[in-house]
Amino acid sequence: MSYVKPKFRHPKLPTNSLGYSVADYDGAISTLCAGCGHDSISAAIRNACFKSAIPPHRIAKLSGIGCSSKMPTYFLGRSHGFNSVHGRMPSVATGASLANRELTYIGVSGDGDTASIGMGQFVHLIRRNVNMTYIVANNGCYGLTKGQDSATADLGSVAKGGAVNPFDGIDLASLALLQGASFVARSFSGDKEQLEPLIRAAMAHKGFAFIDVVSPCVTFNNHAGSTKSYAETRAHVDAMQLDFIPMREEIRTQYEAGTSQTVTLHDGSVIHLQKASSDYATDDRAAAMQAIQKAEAEDKILTGLLHLDPNSQDLNQLLNLANKPLNELDKDELCPGSRVLDSINQGLR
Amino acid sequence: MKPTNVTDPEYFHKVVDCQFACPAHTPVPAYIRLISQQRYTDAYLVNWESNVFPGVLGRTCDRPCEPVCRRGRVEEEPVAICRLKRVAADFKEDVSSRLPRAGKPNGKKIALIGGGPASLTVARDLAPLGYELHLYDANAKAGGFMRSEIPSFRLPESVLDEEVGYVMDMGITAHFNTYVDSMADILTNGYDAVFVGSGAPRGRDLPKLPGRKKADKNIHIGLDWLANVAFEHTKKIGKKVIVLGGGNTAMDCCRTSRRLGGEDVKVIVRSPFEDMKASPWEKEDAIHEGIPIIDNHVPKEFVLKKGKLVGMTFEKVEPKYHEDGRRELVPTGEEPAFFECDDVLIAIGQENAFPWIEKETGIRFTSWGTPIINDDETFQSTRKDVFFGGDAAFGPANIITAVAHGHKAAVSIDLYCRGKDLEKRPAPNVTLISQKMGIHEWSYDSIPVNDKREAVPLVELGEALKDRDLEVELGFDLETAFVQAERCLNCDAQTVFTADSCIECDACADICPTSCINFIQNAPEEELRANLMVPADDPEQDIYVSQTLNTGKVLVKDEDVCLHCGLCAERCPTAAWDMKLFTYNVAKATPDLMEVS
Repeated sequence: MSYVKPKFRHPKLPTNSLGYSVADYDGAISTLCAGCGHDSISAAIRNACFKSAIPPHRIAKLSGIGCSSKMPTYFLGRSHGFNSVHGRMPSVATGASLANRELTYIGVSGDGDTASIGMGQFVHLIRRNVNMTYIVANNGCYGLTKGQDSATADLGSVAKGGAVNPFDGIDLASLALLQGASFVARSFSGDKEQLEPLIRAAMAHKGFAFIDVVSPCVTFNNHAGSTKSYAETRAHVDAMQLDFIPMREEIRTQYEAGTSQTVTLHDGSVIHLQKASSDYATDDRAAAMQAIQKAEAEDKILTGLLHLDPNSQDLNQLLNLANKPLNELDKDELCPGSRVLDSINQGLR
Repeated sequence: MKPTNVTDPEYFHKVVDCQFACPAHTPVPAYIRLISQQRYTDAYLVNWESNVFPGVLGRTCDRPCEPVCRRGRVEEEPVAICRLKRVAADFKEDVSSRLPRAGKPNGKKIALIGGGPASLTVARDLAPLGYELHLYDANAKAGGFMRSEIPSFRLPESVLDEEVGYVMDMGITAHFNTYVDSMADILTNGYDAVFVGSGAPRGRDLPKLPGRKKADKNIHIGLDWLANVAFEHTKKIGKKVIVLGGGNTAMDCCRTSRRLGGEDVKVIVRSPFEDMKASPWEKEDAIHEGIPIIDNHVPKEFVLKKGKLVGMTFEKVEPKYHEDGRRELVPTGEEPAFFECDDVLIAIGQENAFPWIEKETGIRFTSWGTPIINDDETFQSTRKDVFFGGDAAFGPANIITAVAHGHKAAVSIDLYCRGKDLEKRPAPNVTLISQKMGIHEWSYDSIPVNDKREAVPLVELGEALKDRDLEVELGFDLETAFVQAERCLNCDAQTVFTADSCIECDACADICPTSCINFIQNAPEEELRANLMVPADDPEQDIYVSQTLNTGKVLVKDEDVCLHCGLCAERCPTAAWDMKLFTYNVAKATPDLMEVS
């Protein structure tokens, strides 16, 4: 098994506006199973950061525990990273984003890390609208412990051992919508054309951006009877393709009138929804809920940008925090001394 | 675009750039792997089977393989293929017991005219089949140009003797010191076939240049002069020497002059420096020895004073490139340049000449004086039992080309003598075998090393110039050879794709270090090439297109800078990718000459 990637790259590899090539956003070689959907998500994150020309050292990757949470090692080798406790990535992310508002935060979690052990933290993270991108690599099973059903396994899905799942799966996208997430999307690891612009839009969004990504477990959940295999996902996916055009970049693609919709983010970036019917409204939370349920009833997996509130208030604004983030406040500002304390106490008497 | 037909051996052959470029199609990666496995004898024999003169070629080959080496496309320098060949020759054990011997006589008799690499290759390929082979050469030993034109500071005589000996020892009847002056006579001797490998021995002259005749004593034809030096008829040259010409012979002439007393040696050439025919390394070697190369100067006149050559005048020109690729040397209008000299060596090319082949033999020639040959596969002349090869066939080329001709001519001669159709050529011997050793393991060192190319160490310059016979290059030592061998990317370990097994998980495209792999919608070739992640803009390099996959896309792999690292196959969950070792051996008259496993 190879543990190093050759250092040679294509001599004509394109570069972004920072002069970096996509190789500058590479991480270590993956130790996940060959063909794991998670590796594709890693590559999509890498490509998205490259295309959006985010300086690698201005990105922080956060994760919990699980196959999914190993992923940050395999992309953005020159960025900050924090591999936290199982299901507790949200609290680390919350703290980090309060302490340093300038970084782009990418949280990577799995269905176990988010929908089971981390569920409590996850819903509070949504509630607080922490400014970050939260990606769930969702394979419906515990790949790291030999493929037991996870909380997102669909009702009736057959495990590799033959057992039929008797429980309804948790739909994380619906949950995020219900809990008021300001950016909710779903995608498929095997569809980078959709996943990459979604990640770019999520990173540009100010507030909590959630992407639920169906990511087949090639070892334990890629057989007939599984509802999250490559073949099954492809057979049922109802993909809404989109383009992401960052602010300052001119829109080059021509869209046929009436077949697309434009959503403008707070920073002026634009998301183009292709082939979206004209009455589709990304800012209508209830409609998004309905669309998901309708698709589910039709045995389809709806992917694309499900909901977006471009004017959301993130945690710093909601708590009305000081303009300076924590990492820029020096000792004298943080601890102004007994004289200030006395005056506060005086004010309370 | 249609799916790539990988069952056509030429597809994968072309991926092995070095082997494809080699006129004899020597399996380069195979022998380089043997070197890194310290199997020098086996590495030598793989070479010997293919190119007959590994020791000679490891020092003197024109190396068409190196400029096309894939390594040169992903970093600065190609693999040191040629000098690794020399390593195999330098460190091999006694190979004599493993070489084939003359076969049981089959009653057929073949004449070989000229004892150069082409004739010797024909002899080597035919001897095991029991042919009685008669080799004619005007000199006392076989070797041809390899002996007469390559200075011994580049090729020690012992190396040449050894490798010529391996062939001659296969029961070849030598007719040395025999100048063949009549083809008609040869044809009366009852030969079943005649092979002409007499080379292109006439160096071109400048007969019409003013002063040429009067200064004849100090003007030498480069090739003749080199031959004279080799046979020690010539031992000295003047202090100031002008070498005319820009090819490898010119480089040999100037460097030899430096060793025979030339102190102020110049190469003066008509063409611009970049267009010179000499290989870049030959030019570098000359410059390293303090020899200036003056370009864009066309010879105008030999200047004499009191009947003795004192210099030459040249017209200064500049190149003008026309749109059709034609180059014109346009006079700049400046004053002619004058350079002093005591001697001039003319090394401006060679001419074919067959004054000894009579018209009535039925062998016909082109207006350029080269024989009319059926094609470059059969090498049969207009007379069915006479074949040509080497420089005698198409004019001056190089040793490895002569060897390649020899292989093909030997096949033709064998077919001819057996009354078979010459056009029905035997197919190359091809295998394609998986190299999988475990789930993520291959039988070759798949991940390339980062080491740079190293130059071959040289003898100290002072020493080298003192002794004409002292070999300048020392060759790689074994430690260096190992590292240099490991630089090979194993392009013969082919990436083979099975569309039916692919689940389109993208793992291969994601891991590929050089971004060669794409899953995209099919399109006409030009469009497809442009749509790749990194556009495939070199039409010389093929793209590998799969059958249509389940999603309607196709896999497209740009072969150009694939590292053959096997990561695509390692990361493939369904073994849709496999690394398969591709061997390609040119058909020879004797099919199984060598056994190297």
